[in-house]
Amino acid sequence: MNVTVDVNGQERSADVEPRLLLVDFIRDHLRLTGTHIGCDTSSCGACTVLLDGEPVKSCTMLAVQAGGHELTTVEGLARGAELDPVQVGFHEEHGLQCGFCTPGMLLVSAALLERNPQPSEADIRWAISGNICRCTGYVNIVKAVQHAAGLRAARAAAPTEQVTAGAPGGAE
Amino acid sequence: MSVEARPHGGIGESIKRKEDARFLRGRGNYLDDVSLPGMLHMTILRSPHAHARIRSVDTSAASAAPGVVAVVTGELMAQHGLAWMPTLSGDTQAVLATDKVRFQGQEVAAVVAESRYAAEDAVGLVQVDYDVLPAVTSPQQARGPGAPLIRDEKEGQRDNHIYHWEAGDRAATDAAFAQADRVVSLATHYPRSHPAPLETCGIVADVDSVTGKATLYMTSQAPHAIRTVFAMVAGLPEHQIRVISPDIGGGFGNKVPVYPGYVVATAASLLIGRPVKWVEDRNENLISTGFARDFHMTGELALDAGGRMLALRAHLDSDNGAFFADAQPSKFKAGLFHIVTGSYDIPAAHVTADGYYTNKAPGGVAYRCSFRVTEASYLIERLVTNAAIELGIDQAELRLRNFIPPEAFPYRSATGWEYDSGDYPAAMHLALEKVGYQDLLREQAERRERGELMGIGLASFTEVVGAGPGKDFDILGLRMFDSAELRVHPTGKAVLKLGVKTQGQGHETTFAQIVASELGIPAADVEVQHGDTDNTPYGLGTYASRSTPTAGAATAVVSRKLREKARALAAHLLEASPDDLVWERGRFSVRGSPDRVKTIQELSLAAYTNLPDGMEAGLEGVTYYDPPNMTFPFGTYAVVVDVDRGTGVVKVRRVVAVDDCGVRINPMIVEGQIHGGLTEGFGIAFTELITFDQDGNCIGSNFMDYLLPTSWETPSFECHATVTPSPHHPFGAKGVGESATVGSPAAYVNAVIDALSPYGITNIDMPVTSDRVWAALRSRGVGE
Amino acid sequence: MVPAAFDYRSPTSLAEALDLLREHGDEAKVVAGGQSLVPLLKLRFASPSLLVDIGRVPSLSGVTADGEWLRIGARTRHVDVERDESLDRLCPILREAAAQVSDPLVRNRGTLGGSLCHADPAGDWGAVMLALDARLVARSAAGERVIRAADFFQGPFTTALQPDEVLTEVRVPVAGRGQHASGVYLKLERKVGDFATVGVAVHVRLEGDRVATAGIGLAAVGPTNLPAGEAARALEGRQPTEEVIAEAARLAAGAAEPHDDLRGSADYKRDVVRVFVQRGLRRALAQAGPEGGQA
Repeated sequence: MNVTVDVNGQERSADVEPRLLLVDFIRDHLRLTGTHIGCDTSSCGACTVLLDGEPVKSCTMLAVQAGGHELTTVEGLARGAELDPVQVGFHEEHGLQCGFCTPGMLLVSAALLERNPQPSEADIRWAISGNICRCTGYVNIVKAVQHAAGLRAARAAAPTEQVTAGAPGGAE
Repeated sequence: MSVEARPHGGIGESIKRKEDARFLRGRGNYLDDVSLPGMLHMTILRSPHAHARIRSVDTSAASAAPGVVAVVTGELMAQHGLAWMPTLSGDTQAVLATDKVRFQGQEVAAVVAESRYAAEDAVGLVQVDYDVLPAVTSPQQARGPGAPLIRDEKEGQRDNHIYHWEAGDRAATDAAFAQADRVVSLATHYPRSHPAPLETCGIVADVDSVTGKATLYMTSQAPHAIRTVFAMVAGLPEHQIRVISPDIGGGFGNKVPVYPGYVVATAASLLIGRPVKWVEDRNENLISTGFARDFHMTGELALDAGGRMLALRAHLDSDNGAFFADAQPSKFKAGLFHIVTGSYDIPAAHVTADGYYTNKAPGGVAYRCSFRVTEASYLIERLVTNAAIELGIDQAELRLRNFIPPEAFPYRSATGWEYDSGDYPAAMHLALEKVGYQDLLREQAERRERGELMGIGLASFTEVVGAGPGKDFDILGLRMFDSAELRVHPTGKAVLKLGVKTQGQGHETTFAQIVASELGIPAADVEVQHGDTDNTPYGLGTYASRSTPTAGAATAVVSRKLREKARALAAHLLEASPDDLVWERGRFSVRGSPDRVKTIQELSLAAYTNLPDGMEAGLEGVTYYDPPNMTFPFGTYAVVVDVDRGTGVVKVRRVVAVDDCGVRINPMIVEGQIHGGLTEGFGIAFTELITFDQDGNCIGSNFMDYLLPTSWETPSFECHATVTPSPHHPFGAKGVGESATVGSPAAYVNAVIDALSPYGITNIDMPVTSDRVWAALRSRGVGE
Repeated sequence: MVPAAFDYRSPTSLAEALDLLREHGDEAKVVAGGQSLVPLLKLRFASPSLLVDIGRVPSLSGVTADGEWLRIGARTRHVDVERDESLDRLCPILREAAAQVSDPLVRNRGTLGGSLCHADPAGDWGAVMLALDARLVARSAAGERVIRAADFFQGPFTTALQPDEVLTEVRVPVAGRGQHASGVYLKLERKVGDFATVGVAVHVRLEGDRVATAGIGLAAVGPTNLPAGEAARALEGRQPTEEVIAEAARLAAGAAEPHDDLRGSADYKRDVVRVFVQRGLRRALAQAGPEGGQA
């Protein structure tokens, strides 16, 4: 059956089996491989995407259920060359190591900051408690989100300034 | 002090990671992201039984299912001599079962189809007829009378015993025990756990039927060694095999072994003539790939009345599963367990080890264990805390009394290790200061008056990493050197190719930092390449915290080789004698004439444009580094816990970690490694367990049963460092990736035991779950 | 693992959904958030031939206060309950329980009604609804009926719902004049996202200094969510002293039917029931107090 989804601001359509999982639709049909699969019991959050702005596990949804909704994957966070504050925060605070959980963490963090622009450590740990990381021990992820909160606050205070502190790709 | 303040990103600087860009944008290239034209998908059928004879395998229904291209059985593999393969411990392992299945989850057949969904639909149609046999689920049962013989196919194997191994001096140890005033003993099972990286294992095997070249994209921490093993196993010419380890989503030792799925996918691609992808799901990862630990250990510590350690006895029974497949140096059947005297100056020690087959998945060496150092460190640190409690001596004081003193290094241990350097008291004192030990003791005394359960746990570990000197360290005969190849381009940019393979440790940054320090090329101008065996020098891979000690050393050495050629070029350009040139990071100048200078960039250009007679062009080199010794990182961890009397729930209040890994290339990255290891240690101590019922059914083969800590349970960590360089490493570094998994489990458990010690509780095996704590308390009449 | 094939319909009205169930009930499964069903489909523990997705049926979600009742649409997401601050005054146990269901990602999709219909014996909402003496409203093409929570849970993953019925609403009685009420949900879980090792919901309604009515619901200590009826009745009409509370806690532990498993022994779980009932009652009573809530 046909499913039409707004993916990162673009309308995408495909003919799919009802049983096709949303994560497989994203990875295999849309060729957006930033969303990852880490388990088979909906336990790890590596597959997290934003559905109408709220983080959900794309492995625990059918593609057909996403029809008519807005989907944001990690590929939709940056605006061209300009990284989202959460991406800058994770880079500045070493909030990623192997990178496999990172797309999910970024999206959950971005959604959190939309709702709670100045989250406490407990707020952050609560918000990401559905996303497993094996590498970082979460400490720097908390710092990354706090860093991003600061960037967003600065941007809100001075909207004409482009905030691109420490774009990754080179040594400092 | 350099004239230019411009940072180069050298050793010691916490520069941000160069590899982040692709991961932040979701543009990592992990195994499952690899997609080739014509690619097929493979799914494996696994045994539901722990031990059973295979009567028949009927593939007719599966073969006829929609989208199915082939069904591979053990019989088919046997026809090509591929039903069995060698393991990294010199044993053999079934690729696809033929006669029997020997663990629940063992590979029996594989379906290759046009899509993953089609393969999953068809795999359930393969009919296997089993005769179930009784299962062996512990070393004790394995060696018991009448135990079923698991490896009946193995010539000369008459029982379930794999190896016996010893280290140390039995006579001296026995003599010391005979003299001892006190003997403290501990029997503990370090349970089976699993590295469970967030990305599972997989392969895309592309055997080109025209050229004969096999390109194997593989989640492998050791691509070169695997290439050699494949050449031996599959009979493919090694120069026609290319192993590409792409971005790896966590390894932790899980991605070192050769798994049957890799071999079957390669065979399938060879036979079918199309690329074949196999990516295991999480259940397969947990039930069949290299698990960790599962040592049944007993330790005895002999002390004098003043609390001085006289001798240590340790025995272990290892549960190795159905095949001896540990990835470890061949001479050490129980890994490096004989580091078990740890940080202490113990004059005599004797270690005995026996390995057993059981009807479980093969493995044991994994999960940041430094080749069984996790097990050894746990045993000694638990013994020492128990000794402190029993003797009525403060657990920090007992350690300080027995530490190998700083002046004793290099130190030869009673089991034959030569520790390179260490300052254990400094780490301990820093930990005690940062955690506020005296205040905590006072608080604990007050809380105890009120019947509250608060505990302080210490662990002072010494690691042994950097495998290793070739004369003692080999895997399947391949000596454990490692390599670095450095090439500088005319415009002064460089490419560094490594024999090691990062899975998140930040090599693209840290190794560039080494070149920046040694050759003065900014880290931003050094591209680090890894994982493609066609394009990197031979190495033994990344695990056991070996990359910095071996390939890091190789990188420094090759950088210095290039620096010497650059010196000769500078002498030529500056018309000076090489001996009159002064090196300051990134430039040579003439002694006494500081304005006569050539930068490394100018010299790189000269290597292609302006050479002295007789000098070859180019600025490049390769070094294969054979380390003269292992390195010995160490530290002290302090953990504070509060235990709920009513429910047994343990809350970790604080974790203070002092680590010494010698010179730190990038402190930010080092700390990140410690955070991760402390969290894995937390999981090992409190939540993670793979266990089996008496029929060999595996419990813990999915993430609902195998519990990984989330951000909510995981405490925050306070990290500190001391720096005691390694005297034999080119820039004094030691390696650190596994320090925290080695040192922290005992710290966590010691904290709980300390909390419960007023009631006479001396041990709770890991995982220290709330029900186990409750049961221990209730057994002493303590509750709410 | 991936699901076996099935047909899928996404009706846009309740009538259409009920017609589909009347026709296909036995081979169909209703799905809303899918946080319980999709994992089962992936493991192939469930293989319905038809999925009826009620995600597009209007008017099945939302919380409204309606005099004597708090009416919760069955398709209300856990997170919507978690975020609804008006419930702090009306029925605080609902927010406390919602926040502890699974993990934040699941709460963004999963629904309160879906959880009740799935009827996992370890389910949090079932324990809460038993403690609240909630009413569950079931609709079929033939009509509507109201089922008391105590009659709803019939066995592991088995409810009183017929194959042609959809749960549309949950109704929670609100405290009457002169009453102060509150409730607490305590959950022992090994980690976020794990099912409860033990879940205890307690709810009390006070009149003056006595307990007028009480309800205790248990999770993960029986073949279904269990009411601890005798324990609740032991509180009613009495002043809730420490002795009375301890007695109720003992009776509640006695009502539990736990098994030994990896989460703990049966003895352990029973004792945690006792401890949690004590702790829960103390807090619920304190919350209910003279300035306490309505439900």
